[in-house]
Amino acid sequence: MKQIQRLVQQKYWLLFLACLCASQTALADRVVHREKSLYRNIVVTDSSDRRCLAFSVKRQKRNQTCMNPEKPDQVVFPYVRMSFAGLLANPEPRHAMMIGLGGGTISNVLTALYPNLTIDLVEIDEAVVKVARDYFDFRESAQTNVIVQDGRVFTRRAKMQGKKYDMIILDAYTGDYIPEHLMTREFLQDIHDLLTPDGVVIANTFAISRLYDHESQTYASVFGEFINFKMPGTGNRVVIAARESLPANSVLRDNADRLGPRLLEPYDVDLVRYLSYLDREADWDTSKALLTDQYSPANLLRDND
Amino acid sequence: MNGPGLESNTHSRLVNWSVLTLAFTSGFIIMSIEMLGGRILAPYFGSSIYVWGSIITVFMVALAVGYLTGGHLSMMQPRLSKYGFFFVAAAVTAIPTIAFGDNMMDWVFLRLEDPRYGSLVAATLLFFIPTAILGMIAPYSVRLLVEESHHSGRIAGGLYFVSTLGSALGTLFTSFYLVLWLEINQILITMALILVLCFVATQIIDRKLERQ
Repeated sequence: MKQIQRLVQQKYWLLFLACLCASQTALADRVVHREKSLYRNIVVTDSSDRRCLAFSVKRQKRNQTCMNPEKPDQVVFPYVRMSFAGLLANPEPRHAMMIGLGGGTISNVLTALYPNLTIDLVEIDEAVVKVARDYFDFRESAQTNVIVQDGRVFTRRAKMQGKKYDMIILDAYTGDYIPEHLMTREFLQDIHDLLTPDGVVIANTFAISRLYDHESQTYASVFGEFINFKMPGTGNRVVIAARESLPANSVLRDNADRLGPRLLEPYDVDLVRYLSYLDREADWDTSKALLTDQYSPANLLRDND
Repeated sequence: MNGPGLESNTHSRLVNWSVLTLAFTSGFIIMSIEMLGGRILAPYFGSSIYVWGSIITVFMVALAVGYLTGGHLSMMQPRLSKYGFFFVAAAVTAIPTIAFGDNMMDWVFLRLEDPRYGSLVAATLLFFIPTAILGMIAPYSVRLLVEESHHSGRIAGGLYFVSTLGSALGTLFTSFYLVLWLEINQILITMALILVLCFVATQIIDRKLERQ
C-alpha cells in the first residue's frame, strides 16, 4: 500500500518535472536586447527559427513583429502578410505614408517591390526605430524617410503642407494599447484628405470586441464602402478603403494574378488566396456610435466585452 | 450654554457641511477636467508623454496661483456668499474652452511647430484661468471653517482630506466611466452646470444663515 502511494507521489513528481521542463523550453527564447523607451519596454528575443520584437508588460509579452533570420525577407506574421492585400486596390503606389514602423518589415517589402516608391514612415518611439535598424534589418535608403512624431501631429501638419499619398498604411494599434486619437472620424477625414484620387488606406486593426462595430461605422462614415479583410484564426482584420471608389472585384482579381507571383515566392504572401476573404458587406451593428474626437473610448470598448 | 450658543452651533455645523461638500465637488471637477485635458489636446499635439507633462504643469501652476490669490481674498470679510462666486466664475471662464477650444488649438498649432511648446501654450489658454479660480477655493474654505487658531491644523487636514478624495474620485470616474457614457463637451458642460449649482447653493445657505 505504502509502495503504491510512493509510486503515485513519484508519478506526480515526474509530471511536475515534465511541466517544469516544458515551461523552460517555452521560455527558452533568448533575450538579445532590451530597450526602455518613454512609452514601453522593448524586448528582442531569438529562438531557433525566429527573432521577435515584443512590447513587454511585466512578464507578459506580445510579439509585435517577427522575422526569420535565415530568410529575412519572409513575412512571418499573418496580419503583416494580410496588409499587402491593400496592393490589390492600388497595385502601383508611388508615394506612401505609414504610421507605426514596427520592425520595418512592410517598408522593406514595399521598397524592394517598387524601386520608384518613396515612403514616409511615422513612428512615435525613437527606440522602436533604433531596434528596427539594429535587429530587424530595416533597410533605409533614399526611398525611405523616417519621422519620429505622433501620427496625428504628422498628419495634421502634412495636410497643411498639401502633401498627398497614394497609399497610407495605419499600423499603430497594438494588442495592449490603442492610441485613441488615431481611430476617430476627424483623424480618418485627415487621412482621406491626404490621399490622391486613386489613393487607398490600409489599416491593420481588430476583428473582435465591441470596438469592431464602432470602428467599422467610423470608417464607413468617412470612406463609404470599404473592404473588410478577415481570415479565420486571427483576431485581426485589415480595412482597405479608397478616397474615390474601390476597384471592382474583377480588377482586384486581375491585380492578384499580376502581382501574386512577385509576392508569393519571396515573401510568403498569397494574394490570390486572399481574394475570397475580401468582404464589402456591412457585417456590423450599424446603430453604434461613431468614434470622434469627442467620443473615443476605444480601449474601454475593446476591453469590456 | 443657552439659546444663542445652540444657535451658533447649528450655524457653524451648516457652514462646515456646506464648505466640505463644496470643496469635495471642486476637487472632483479639477481632476475631471485635467483627465479630459489629455483627450482635448491629443488631436492637435498627440498623446506623447510631453503632452501630459504640459497639462500637469499648467494645472499645478494654475492651482499654485489660485491658492495664493484665494488666501489673499480670504482676508477681505470672508463669507459664504462671496465664496460662491469662485464656483460661478470657474464655470463662466470654462465656457471659451468648451465653445472655442478647437479654434484656440488651431491658432496655436499654426504658430508653434514643436508639439511640446504647442501643447504647453494650448493647455495654458484652455485651462489656466478656470483651474486657478478653482484653486482659490481651498484656502478660502479653510478661512470659513476655522474659528479658533489652535484648531486650524486639524481643520486644514480635514479639508485636504475631503477635497483630495474628491480629486481621486473625479479622476477615476472620468477615466473609467464618463468618457464611455458622454462626449467630452457634454462632460465639461455638466461640470460647469454643477459649478453653477454650487453657486446657487451658497447664496441660498448664506441667506438662511442671515435670517437665523
